[in-house]
Amino acid sequence: MLEKLMALEFTPFLISFKLASITTAILFIVSLLLAWHLSQSKSRFKPIFESITALPIVLPPSVLGFYILYALSFHSPIGRFFQDVLGIKLVFNFSGLVVASCFYSLPFMVQPLQSGFESLPKNMLEASYIAGKSKLRTLFCVAMPNIKPSLMTAIVITFAHTVGEFGVVLMVGGSIPNQTKTASVAVYELVEIMDYTSAHIYSGIMVFISFLVLLLVYIFNRQQNHHLGGLS
Amino acid sequence: MIEIDVRKELLGSMGKMELDVTLSIEGKSFVALSGESGSGKTTLLRILAGLESARGKIRVDDELWLDGTHCLPPQQRGIGFVFQDYALFPNMSVLENLLFVRKDKDLAKQLLELTELSELTSRKPATLSGGQKQRVSLCRAMMNRPTLLLMDEPLSALDPLMRTKLQHEILTLHKNFGTTTIMVSHDPSEIYRLSSRVVVLSQGKVIQDGDAKSVLLRTQGSQKFSFEGELLDIVKVDVIYIAIIAIGQQIVEVVLDESEANDLHVGDSVSIGTKAFAPMIQGLKDK
Repeated sequence: MLEKLMALEFTPFLISFKLASITTAILFIVSLLLAWHLSQSKSRFKPIFESITALPIVLPPSVLGFYILYALSFHSPIGRFFQDVLGIKLVFNFSGLVVASCFYSLPFMVQPLQSGFESLPKNMLEASYIAGKSKLRTLFCVAMPNIKPSLMTAIVITFAHTVGEFGVVLMVGGSIPNQTKTASVAVYELVEIMDYTSAHIYSGIMVFISFLVLLLVYIFNRQQNHHLGGLS
Repeated sequence: MIEIDVRKELLGSMGKMELDVTLSIEGKSFVALSGESGSGKTTLLRILAGLESARGKIRVDDELWLDGTHCLPPQQRGIGFVFQDYALFPNMSVLENLLFVRKDKDLAKQLLELTELSELTSRKPATLSGGQKQRVSLCRAMMNRPTLLLMDEPLSALDPLMRTKLQHEILTLHKNFGTTTIMVSHDPSEIYRLSSRVVVLSQGKVIQDGDAKSVLLRTQGSQKFSFEGELLDIVKVDVIYIAIIAIGQQIVEVVLDESEANDLHVGDSVSIGTKAFAPMIQGLKDK
């Protein structure tokens, strides 16, 4: 057991965390504007956009993975554009994984942010508009500082969810060691070759880290609620 | 000078109704907007603030705020708005709430001194009382030296003592800054104390418009006293009837004869007046 632990390859964890960090950073910027817009929108088409955003929650990862794989491959105009014009190949490498993860984890970033924005008193935002501040300034100076628990939840859940993704990563990334083989894929392969000891170690580490992350979120949110005493 | 001529379809308490208001308001005046709930007061205020769309025209001095359906956004109107539920920014201190509107420390200091908030500048809104929050909200509304100050039942969530105190502060601010003010209010004493003109709305239309005294005094002809109340009960005692009526926070008894008793029904809104006697006024010792 100890020998196994010493000889263990930690690169899959590093890839998982690198992927999750980059995905979370990209999604935070994109989703902040998207969620703010959705929360303020009164458009008839809002349910359509909300449904599209939520699709990755209900779709089987294999379906999502298949479409992303197809869209990024040389067979689709998007994939061809990236390869011919920008010189970037987006399948079976790390960049492709980032693009796929951004689609896969989108709802986990958008939804907490949107419900956070929607919980803000309408009057408070209107007071900012009346004070002469633009929508964007209101977003950064009034809306965001007052939904800290939602920001925290969105970031951490997105991060954790990206670390835990399996189906899409396997399909788009293809489990190439040191490039696209993440921790979750590694566990799958260890079980397949019946190396249960290593599988136990990998899985144990994943459980421990996930639990720790969630615990920190809940403690943070509890403290925030104490401090603010609710919105006034 | 503010000229208002707006129309908007509303869903009121009695189904669809059309808000149709034409008003002209002198600069530096203090107008109270009154009327039953659902009569369109708040909507009119929100249309003036640019928070809701409407058809028609709003002209403030030389600026057109609303022309047909073209609407100047609230950001460009230079108004102050005081919400019933304060709407302060919880992440900012009292001073920061004011400076967010405009970085003018001198004005902020002056306003906070006028409203006796100087000691609380670094406190967060969550730690303030209702009256203090509303004073901060009032100061914040004055920070961009508005051409028009709009207040939507600013004092209705406060207790009577705090209300009187804040009425004085609103009056002080109005005198100091001379801001044209429109305030939604239900409280006759508040309207009388603050406003120079009262506009009463019903079902989206102006039904009364005049100075506070002529609109609020309910006596007619030679009546000396007149109160409006709700008939709670009619009790038969021997040959007479006694009506029990709630007027404001008080309950009174009035003697009725049989024909009056037959005409009235429990739950009716009634007016009680007396004529031709000289009322005696005595101070109440226990107050």
